[in-house]
Amino acid sequence: MSISFDFSVFSGQYFDASVLLYALVVGIMTCLCSSALGVNLVLKRYSMIGDGLSHVGFLALAIAALFEVADENVIYITIPVVTAAAFFLMWLSSSGKLKGDAATALVSVGTVAVGYIIFGLAEAGAAEVCTGLFGASVLTVKATDTVLCLVLCGIVVLLYLLFYNRIFAVTFDEDFAKASGVGVKGCNMLLSALTAITIVVGMKLLGSIMISAVIVIPAVAAMRLFKTFRAVVISSAVMSMFCFVIGFLFAVTFVIRKPDSFMSGTVMLPVGATVVCFNIIALLLAVCIKKFKTRSNTKTNT
Amino acid sequence: MSQLTVKNLELAYEGKAVVKGLSFDVKKGEYLCVVGENGSGKTTLMKSILRLIKPQSGEISFADGARVGRIGYLPQQKTAQRDFPASVKEVVMSAFASKTWLPVYTKAMKQKAEQNLELLNVSGLAEHPFSELSGGQQQRVLLARALCATEKMLLLDEPVNGLDPTATSEMYSVIKQLNDQGMTVIMITHDINTAVNTADKILHLNQDGHFFGTTEEYLASGFGDALLKGGLK
Repeated sequence: MSISFDFSVFSGQYFDASVLLYALVVGIMTCLCSSALGVNLVLKRYSMIGDGLSHVGFLALAIAALFEVADENVIYITIPVVTAAAFFLMWLSSSGKLKGDAATALVSVGTVAVGYIIFGLAEAGAAEVCTGLFGASVLTVKATDTVLCLVLCGIVVLLYLLFYNRIFAVTFDEDFAKASGVGVKGCNMLLSALTAITIVVGMKLLGSIMISAVIVIPAVAAMRLFKTFRAVVISSAVMSMFCFVIGFLFAVTFVIRKPDSFMSGTVMLPVGATVVCFNIIALLLAVCIKKFKTRSNTKTNT
Repeated sequence: MSQLTVKNLELAYEGKAVVKGLSFDVKKGEYLCVVGENGSGKTTLMKSILRLIKPQSGEISFADGARVGRIGYLPQQKTAQRDFPASVKEVVMSAFASKTWLPVYTKAMKQKAEQNLELLNVSGLAEHPFSELSGGQQQRVLLARALCATEKMLLLDEPVNGLDPTATSEMYSVIKQLNDQGMTVIMITHDINTAVNTADKILHLNQDGHFFGTTEEYLASGFGDALLKGGLK
């Protein structure tokens, strides 16, 4: 058995290489948005909400499949459904009606269960369900998806920057922010809506289960290494985009050759799962670096 | 003229009425201490003054320069803040969050933040991570943030909670100094000695009723005897 990487996929001799560019753009933009928002979600102890929402996204995909919605129109179902769920989850965890994590876990599992049933009703095959959960092949990313992603992610980035100071204030200290005139409710709704949009945009390529990883992991890793909010947001975004590019290249160029096996030649690993693995590697590296740093700090102190 | 007027206020905490028929007023430059046992509604009162929660009934009004959204608030510290990645500067500047767009602050805001950090003796820590400061330093930074949000009135919820004796007395003297410069101070405290020694007026909340008046009246009334006996050794 031998493993190698074949970069000739970019030459266009097997398929139109521009789809790889589309997928690259969609992935980078999604990771930029998700990792920046992830910092706020993790710090507000809302990381489970990102996870819950991605599962709601799976339900929305199932509903779209049931009504046989055309591929390019799916987003008109997923965005409203996931945004509504985001508002609902934020409201649940802030009103204290149900303990936040329990409520989110309930929504998380419940929506996947219902989504799977609906996929069954829609007579969808296992492949379609799998695509919903773990992401589609990069070969299916279209130019229209890319344009839509650029527009939506552009809006997310713009609003995040515009409200950056308010978002920081609300994340650090909600009571003080409200007392000093920040519209806390509005900011929380904005955060929910932006998270929902990001999840919907990235869901197709990365998969609904995988997307919550790119929300949480870069933020957690960045927090090991940096101690100011701005540095954490920037490094989280950079790390996430870097991990995507590496994971993406790894996935699409991966070649495995086994003697006496039908599995030979380019395999093309699932992009979402590969990117998640590289995120975990980055997190482990960050943890090691932090350990090393604190150890050398204590050495110099004593 | 009163800066803050509270009329016939009724407050509930987790569905239970904690304060009933509460009326008091605070004049410009006064130092009011709010005392009382845990669960007597001190924090709930402060939050309703700040419009963070809605009172069951009654009126809270501001005048003489104080207004909603322009009050310096020092909340009780939350555990989540201890490992929050933020520099001292970021924390203090967040007092101006509602006044700017994009991740920028004006020069005037930066200057005011620097002045307040200097006033509280923590200007050298501006670039430090907030989470790595001592408890006393963190409270000073949060007080500087509160000062950035107001010119007139400070609301402090147990500002010395968890501080060592040195940091506690330093914190109290800083607050007294601000009050001497004309800042209205409303402070929740468990420290009855400091309350009767420094405050102009005392508001004592109790399940059965409440007391509001000058410190002399409070000591004469015997209302706080139970607390004072425990506190004055």
